[in-house]
Amino acid sequence: MTVIAAVRPDSWNFPLFVHVLGAMILVGGLLAGAACLAFARGDARMLRLGYWSLLAVALPGWFIMRVGAEWIASKEGWTKKGVPTPTWLDIGFTLADIGGLILLVTLIVGGIGMRRLRSGAGTGLLRATLLLSVVLLAAYVVAVWAMAGKPA
Amino acid sequence: MSFDDWMLALHVLAAFSYVAGVILFWVLVVAVRKTDTPEGTIRMEPVAKVGTAAVGIGAVGTIVLGIWLAFRLDSYAIWDGWIIAALVLWAVAGAVGKRTGDEYTKGSTKAKELQAEGHTGPSAELLALNRTQTGLLMQSLSSLVLLLILLDMIFKPGA
Repeated sequence: MTVIAAVRPDSWNFPLFVHVLGAMILVGGLLAGAACLAFARGDARMLRLGYWSLLAVALPGWFIMRVGAEWIASKEGWTKKGVPTPTWLDIGFTLADIGGLILLVTLIVGGIGMRRLRSGAGTGLLRATLLLSVVLLAAYVVAVWAMAGKPA
Repeated sequence: MSFDDWMLALHVLAAFSYVAGVILFWVLVVAVRKTDTPEGTIRMEPVAKVGTAAVGIGAVGTIVLGIWLAFRLDSYAIWDGWIIAALVLWAVAGAVGKRTGDEYTKGSTKAKELQAEGHTGPSAELLALNRTQTGLLMQSLSSLVLLLILLDMIFKPGA
């Protein structure tokens, strides 16, 4: 990693910046969403704040991160046919894509929970949203570790 | 993974923790602007504590591991321009972040005072404190400084 960082061509910097910035926004949105949902204690306003953190912060962050990932991977030549990808990249792509699907499920479950909240129900679904957010947060911590440490 | 790789991974994770904490505070900054009751303001405190912990872990982790890496790795030196810039920006981010915290704590303190007095309804004074322009400016400034650190870390100008 150190060697790679030292010799990284300048043209890779901006795509890497987009990728990392998106990932940071994603993790920040997940942390904010999970914290608001965890400490809401049934308060509708805090539950809404948690859900909107996931929808308006984490989701755009995921898109920016994923676009940046594809961009930097193609710049580095990992997307060419026949080029074997390293383990750290496989971990990153797998967690990013599965995480994206889980994020989508989280938002759908949370969205239904938000609708039901108007009639006084839906807190169970929002608890599930919290649980999924925490799982996603843990998964993305592993992804960051893999991307930064680059295990063989 | 070598020990250095682990240290680098933890350094990057600390940076994520720092930025995630600041993003969490942005969510609270936006939410508190519409909050005029003591209960609503106080309810955000546990969430703010999560943000404080994330920023604290991130700030300490980035500086300690960053300096350690600068001394440890042959390709970098502590007196490299981009590393000195990062150290200065880190100090600025910390100072501005503390000022942001101080500004928003005024609203929280007022909310507790109002609640202790038995005042539970909306308060124009509390809303004004929660909408602090200085706090918003400081939060924007600290986010900008963190963005500059990220740019500096990736582009490594002069390296």
